[in-house]
Amino acid sequence: MPTTEHKHPNYIAIWIWLAVLTAVEVLVAFISSLPRHILILALLFLAVWKALLVALYFMHLRFEPKRLLIFAVAPLPLAVIFVMAIMQEFP
Amino acid sequence: MAHAAVMSGAEPGAGVYTKKLGMWTFLASEVMFFTALIGSYIVLRFGAAETWPVPTETLNIPLTALNTFILICSSVSMVKAYAAAVDDDQKWLKIWLLATVIMGAMFVGVQVYEYYHLIHDHFLPSSGLFGSTFYTMTGFHGFHVSMGVLCMSWVTIKAFRGGYAGGKYQGVEVVGLYWHFVDLVWIILFTIVYLI
Repeated sequence: MPTTEHKHPNYIAIWIWLAVLTAVEVLVAFISSLPRHILILALLFLAVWKALLVALYFMHLRFEPKRLLIFAVAPLPLAVIFVMAIMQEFP
Repeated sequence: MAHAAVMSGAEPGAGVYTKKLGMWTFLASEVMFFTALIGSYIVLRFGAAETWPVPTETLNIPLTALNTFILICSSVSMVKAYAAAVDDDQKWLKIWLLATVIMGAMFVGVQVYEYYHLIHDHFLPSSGLFGSTFYTMTGFHGFHVSMGVLCMSWVTIKAFRGGYAGGKYQGVEVVGLYWHFVDLVWIILFTIVYLI
């Protein structure tokens, strides 16, 4: 069954985005004189942005049935709870 | 959804075929696995913030940035292979799969080179908390990439034997999901371990 439910997204555009965001990350980490907490937030923001691009377009979560999407993101709250729980070790 | 329902082996609950649901289940467990590693790293680093070495001074960032770029490129070639499989374009399916295998192997090669030089500079798993956590996280990730290269070599050989002809793209899609996940984990690791 060679037909698809959706046309292929522009993968090359996503690739350019990922490459540019990686370059921006390295530049921010090396060159910027941002305060440390802002630097960390900026880097995390860029990393999450890249991760979202990969998950939504390369793993085509954006085009999957909603039930699979819920299934795929289900471990994320657990992961956050997990890290918060270990953080309690350092009050 | 209608498409998925008529597809052989469809899982009625999630509306996707069973192999894909199985891969997503595995990836959900992998999220927890890497959360344990990254979570421990964050907690250990918070606890020893004053004595923690500066990663950008200890590690070779330009080399790893290049390696990150290689892995991103391999993700693109993987998704192009998937698109070729869906379109039943056998020639490009083989080309893109081969490119993915080669770039995946390159990533592992660069990582070995990185380890070799770090060890030469006396940065070892025994060099304090940063050394242990660094090698644990990047080592487990490298192991995942290596397994991905092995699995994709298998898929590539199968593609050359015509195993995905006639729009049978499921095997390519499932191995691709694993590969993109490994790429995604590296994006997070690169930021948290190397840049922050």
